[in-house]
Amino acid sequence: MIGDGLTVSTPSDREIVLTRAFAAAPGLLFGAWTRPELLVRWYGARGWRLIDCDVDLRVGGAWRFVSQGPDGARMTQRGVYQEIQPARRLVYTERFDDQSYPGDTLVDHVFSARGGGTTLTTTIRYATPEGRDRVLAYPMARGLSEGFDRLDTLLATETDRELDP
Amino acid sequence: MSLDATFAALADPTRRAILTRLAAGEATVTELAAPFAMTQPAISKHLKVLEGAGLVTRGQGTHRRPCRLQARPLRTAVDWLENYRGYWEESYQRLDSLLADLATSSGEDES
Repeated sequence: MIGDGLTVSTPSDREIVLTRAFAAAPGLLFGAWTRPELLVRWYGARGWRLIDCDVDLRVGGAWRFVSQGPDGARMTQRGVYQEIQPARRLVYTERFDDQSYPGDTLVDHVFSARGGGTTLTTTIRYATPEGRDRVLAYPMARGLSEGFDRLDTLLATETDRELDP
Repeated sequence: MSLDATFAALADPTRRAILTRLAAGEATVTELAAPFAMTQPAISKHLKVLEGAGLVTRGQGTHRRPCRLQARPLRTAVDWLENYRGYWEESYQRLDSLLADLATSSGEDES
């Protein structure tokens, strides 16, 4: 019912901020981000699904997601929980095993109750501006080969088109 | 042109306002400065950033040197953001369905 309300912004050269309203209470949404049996039911896009999901939900506890994508490709991402406030805030580090940019990324989810639903604000802070740009420019950095194909097409189109005669 | 230069140029509200104005047609520095509580040198500084990012070009030859919007780097940045947004939106739409299922099965429906 809320549908297409995701906004993406870049408040600094190392950050991406995602904001999205959900028609569910904060506690339920928090659960969807922290309970493996729920995560495997939604996490991943463009042909990628979670096939293995370990969550040790305590500060200093580790998490690990293994996803399977097109042609059986696999990718693993993992990190450590930094801050856990059920139904309010979830902060963790993230790193992909085959990551093409340096350092751990810090992911900070804030769950705000709004009129019976929840607004989720996710701030993703990369170790370097180059890492942030790489993720934005190349969805492939997350193993999304289909995204890369689309980028190729886009770049080819952009090169051919003369926007300013 | 680098994506970083585009995003850095867009990170400032005055520069975004300048681009919005230029989307309606070319303008001189004097015309651009008019809506802002800023001096022309301050506006010129912002224009230099926009020029450096390839988002604005200046007319040559006349002393008015009108500013013109160059849309391509803007389009590319917007397309990249949109591609990234689309990735998460796909995931989030599946999350919407899951949350609806959970709300129904737990009988918490407040009708």
